[in-house]
Amino acid sequence: MPGAIQSVERAAAILQLVAEYPAELGLTDITETLQLAKPTTHGLLRTLRDLGFVEQLDPGGRYVIGESLAHLGQRRLDANELRSHSVNWCDSLAGRSGLATRVAVQPAGAPGEPVIVHHVFRPDDSSQTLQVGTTVPAHATALGLVLLAGSPALRRHRPRQLERYTGRTVTDPARLATELAAVRRQGWACRSEEYLVGEAGLAAPIRNTGGRVVAALGVAGPSDLLCDTRRRPRPDLLRLVAETARAISRDLAIARR
Amino acid sequence: MTGARYVLALDQGTTSTRAIVFDQAGRMVAVRQREHHQHFPQPGWVEHDALEIWRNLRRLVPAALADAGIPPAGIAAVGVANQRETTVVWERDTGRPIHRAIVWQDTRTGSLVEQLATEPDAAEVTRRCGLPLAAYFSATRLRWLLDTVPGARPRAEAGELLFGTMETWLIWNLTGGPDGGVHITDATNASRDMLMDIHTLQWDPLLLRFFDIPAAMLPEIRPSLQVYGQCRTLVPGAPVAAALGDQQAALFGQTCFEAGEAKCTYGTGSFLLLNTGPELVRSTHGLIPTVAYQRDGEPPTYALEGSIAVTGSLVQWLRDGLGLIASAPEVETLARTVADNGGCYVVPAFAGLFAPHWRGNARGVIAGLTSYVTRGHLARAVLEATGWQTREVIDAMNADSGLPLRALRVDGGMTANNLLMQFIADILDTPVVRPMMAETVSLGAAYAAGLSVGLWPDLAALRRNWHRAAEWLPAMEPALRDREYENWKFAVTRTFDWIREEPAG
Repeated sequence: MPGAIQSVERAAAILQLVAEYPAELGLTDITETLQLAKPTTHGLLRTLRDLGFVEQLDPGGRYVIGESLAHLGQRRLDANELRSHSVNWCDSLAGRSGLATRVAVQPAGAPGEPVIVHHVFRPDDSSQTLQVGTTVPAHATALGLVLLAGSPALRRHRPRQLERYTGRTVTDPARLATELAAVRRQGWACRSEEYLVGEAGLAAPIRNTGGRVVAALGVAGPSDLLCDTRRRPRPDLLRLVAETARAISRDLAIARR
Repeated sequence: MTGARYVLALDQGTTSTRAIVFDQAGRMVAVRQREHHQHFPQPGWVEHDALEIWRNLRRLVPAALADAGIPPAGIAAVGVANQRETTVVWERDTGRPIHRAIVWQDTRTGSLVEQLATEPDAAEVTRRCGLPLAAYFSATRLRWLLDTVPGARPRAEAGELLFGTMETWLIWNLTGGPDGGVHITDATNASRDMLMDIHTLQWDPLLLRFFDIPAAMLPEIRPSLQVYGQCRTLVPGAPVAAALGDQQAALFGQTCFEAGEAKCTYGTGSFLLLNTGPELVRSTHGLIPTVAYQRDGEPPTYALEGSIAVTGSLVQWLRDGLGLIASAPEVETLARTVADNGGCYVVPAFAGLFAPHWRGNARGVIAGLTSYVTRGHLARAVLEATGWQTREVIDAMNADSGLPLRALRVDGGMTANNLLMQFIADILDTPVVRPMMAETVSLGAAYAAGLSVGLWPDLAALRRNWHRAAEWLPAMEPALRDREYENWKFAVTRTFDWIREEPAG
């Protein structure tokens, strides 16, 4: 493991100091308190200011925490906003794949199971029930795997006991970890008959501008429609799902700019 | 027409124009969109530059064809859907408009309408065209142009000027413009002019006399589904095969072909149309009878229309006026922080009440306020307002038509709001269904045009293209529904007559 990066530590110390004494400290105060060379402090502050992490109340004046840092980690993606950006793309995906299409997110601040926030029926006009608001098991579904793979915090909070739904459910934490690494590497997840017998799912991540996974988009249906005999996903479906997830990510980035 | 498998829909809307290519399965293959300028020369006046809109279309069509990878010869038919009642007058010889187009939202002819309403034939006008005398429709705008633009009336009488709504203008330009362009309107658009006999679908001499409009400038009224002519530009040789007003196009795109089928488009305002079949239903509850569509060689299918002025714009007000939410979809998040409306009701009579009340002197209220009410309750009451206004129009339609609604087909931006869609299903006690293809206006134009040239054999084939994307089933206790509706109706009475003769203060 490489050592800590000194300039990051120093920048963090400046931010902690400014946050503790907002609008009280100027360049000299910060230099003296942190025992840094004045040019070093000046360079760090200028960089932080350019990033919007600190602001000066007036030129050459005292520092406060900047707008962009104040909002960092606060404005979580609203699930209903996510749905409104997903509707047209998901309709198109369901229409072209002939499969039910869903978007799932991890509920805010809880290690609970992923929640379905948008659901488009399989386009065969059979009787179907809207699944919005229901949960799916993270370790046994493609949607859940994409969310797990994208969140270190979520992986830490996994229970040691993984529930078994079918004979194919992966319940060994070590094997799950290996599979999650593969999901991260390939950028999609496929699960076949690990939650419901005869059912498979294929999912890809929806990301924010920083690249963080904020939701999972997937199609679900009969295993033999989604996968070949070796339980590998059909390449054309894979491409459709991945393209749609990227398109929604792009729309979100534009809307939240 | 071998190899021509695609349909080009031209959707000329209030804020933008779009060119959309559909395949034979009714799936969108390419879409290009361009906004045009909104001109507000005076309070209450709204104008568009018809030439700008035509120029936009000239850029959009080649781009959409290129996106789809289709040569012009691959287009089997062109269909037009358009903003209704917007009025254009132009020179037959040059194609130059004599004035900017006067848009459907424009209220400049309000005093002209008041004056016309006192004339002895006013009641007969409504009987013949089916519409209440209002500035909303095209006739008084056309009259204003003839009265206002110097030389317009004599030139119109001499046949030098042409009148049309947007589909007329675009089709004339597509089919050659000054060089042999076809000057037509379709029955759905013509049914909004106030100049057509709603039964015969012909220009009515009494109506023309009443509004003082020269017949020489009027387009020929044609069925909505008919080959009007061939494109001379953009997609040379492709037949222009359908035209529908935008709300009628949405009804067609939702495949509401049977009497008793209805759709509601939820946008800034909302438009509910109920197919009433071959029978024209006159409303005694404040709704407007209109032509739904007319196939070539067949009698027309009629619809009842109820428009709600403020729905999505109430959510925008919550965002921009009150700052309670950062984006419109967040209204659902905020509304879900509470279990019910907390006794609070919002009646958004911002500019009076439309159907079925028609109270110009009403203004909005927030009723039932107590210290218990939070922003969450307010958000819920805002969404419920759209639901209750839908219920009022549906009740009026049921009463007028005697056709009880079996399911409501919905489209438009607000259908992404699950809480609202569930609430509407609950209070209508009817399933609410969203189709897979959200772009129902352009889809309707494409369907009509494709049907016209035989790309689809019949209406049943179009129905097979229609698929449910989501369905909300009613789940509310009848007693709760009735009690809440009573509360809403009571809140509505609180808005009446707020604007009084003597201005307050």
